Amino acid sequence: MSKRDHAERRVLENNQETNLADQVLLEKVQAMVGREYGRVYAWDQVNAPMIRHWCEIMGIENPLYTDSNFARSQGYSDVVAPPGMLQVWCMGGLSPENFPAPSSQENNFEVLKVIDPYGYPAVVAVNSDLAFNRQIVAGERLYFTSKLDSVSEEKTTGLGTGFFVTVLMDYFSEKVDGNDEPVGQQLFRVFKFKPAHRADVKIEQKSASVIKRPLPGISDDTRFFWEGCDAGKLLIQRCTACQTLRHPPGPVCSECHSFDWDSVEASGKAQLYSFVVMHYPEVPPFNYPNPIGLIELEEGVRLIAGLVGVEPGTLQIGQRLQVEFHRFDEQQTLPQFRPVAG
Amino acid sequence: MTSMKTKAIAETQMGELLPELAIPVTVTLINGGAIATRDYFPGHHDADAARELGSPHIFMNILTTTALVQRFVEQWAGPLAILKDIQLKLGAPNYPGDTMTFSGEVVERDEASSTLVVSLKGKNSMGNHATGKVTVVLPA
Repeated sequence: MSKRDHAERRVLENNQETNLADQVLLEKVQAMVGREYGRVYAWDQVNAPMIRHWCEIMGIENPLYTDSNFARSQGYSDVVAPPGMLQVWCMGGLSPENFPAPSSQENNFEVLKVIDPYGYPAVVAVNSDLAFNRQIVAGERLYFTSKLDSVSEEKTTGLGTGFFVTVLMDYFSEKVDGNDEPVGQQLFRVFKFKPAHRADVKIEQKSASVIKRPLPGISDDTRFFWEGCDAGKLLIQRCTACQTLRHPPGPVCSECHSFDWDSVEASGKAQLYSFVVMHYPEVPPFNYPNPIGLIELEEGVRLIAGLVGVEPGTLQIGQRLQVEFHRFDEQQTLPQFRPVAG
Repeated sequence: MTSMKTKAIAETQMGELLPELAIPVTVTLINGGAIATRDYFPGHHDADAARELGSPHIFMNILTTTALVQRFVEQWAGPLAILKDIQLKLGAPNYPGDTMTFSGEVVERDEASSTLVVSLKGKNSMGNHATGKVTVVLPA
């Protein structure tokens, strides 16, 4: 066995060990699915100051939430809690697992602590689905109960490799007669994972870098086209031996095999030969839905370009188009085509 | 500012686009939003802690995103519109210095129950921070 084969075999064995460990983890985790967790009470009654602070930072101006006279004029006994605050009332606060008596001492996300030591240190929230039975009004006291709904198989995402953990919560409003009333539900899903880029942990970057459109690879055959775009001209390659136009640019004429060429400026008048509208997956920095045309210039050649000024669902093969040039990311100019009448 | 007028179902259309809402993502909004939602996870207020987690800066918490989704829909629908649900999926993080722009569309509309479903997305420079749906009941 060569040294390299030996090394590869060791890597393989390590992978198998990882998988064995994961199998133990999966069994532990699956045994927990379906487990129900007891009441977690809100520290504070639903109250006007917390509502006002929340509205202030979120930029929400609705008198129903901040003006008790207005709320009463609408038939409520006091200000209404914004629905988006449902989860807020039962947060632990500075110490995230510290809840007021008589809250359950159980941790409804305890499965994360089981997964963590197997090499999945990071966690992000990925889904929050809230449903509301009715408006909640200042003075009510809330609590929730919860259930571990599911743990996914191991998945790899852009962030890394790990597990999607879904917890369902039922929110109640406490009543003096003991007939507590369900007021809402929440599905909360987190991704518990091993980051894909552990080496990049000490990024010194101050803020997110802006994602730009990819730049074309430019060769001696294609440079004239891109320089034309920069100058606001749609240039088409022409064989100087037989006058045949061709696009995309290339070194040799497909009609007469001459290597001699120049270019002519197209009028920019065109018609839609075919098209596709991209919906999914959404890749930055493009806008979606993203209509792309196969465009036939009146000079006879076709090219692919973005379509602008398009109402969704109105594109028609054969419709008239006119070129215009758009500057992107302050580094490239591209021809785009806009529908025109007639 | 939310318009004081709440829409009636007859004033809405299937396929109607909501006015876009561009929200500058600032340290203040991320910090303030985290604390106003009682979320003291260090990645939402401590830049050094966020970098330890592999992020370039602090990042917005999901409870703030939930609030901003509510704001986007409520600004359009009006103060007396009742939200029945807010369904939210997070994608690209919101870091300071970015701008998140919400766009949305009415994708379901039931005149009899005055109920609409708005499909929406909040896009930043790295892609969609949030995609989701909100069910709204307008006053009869």
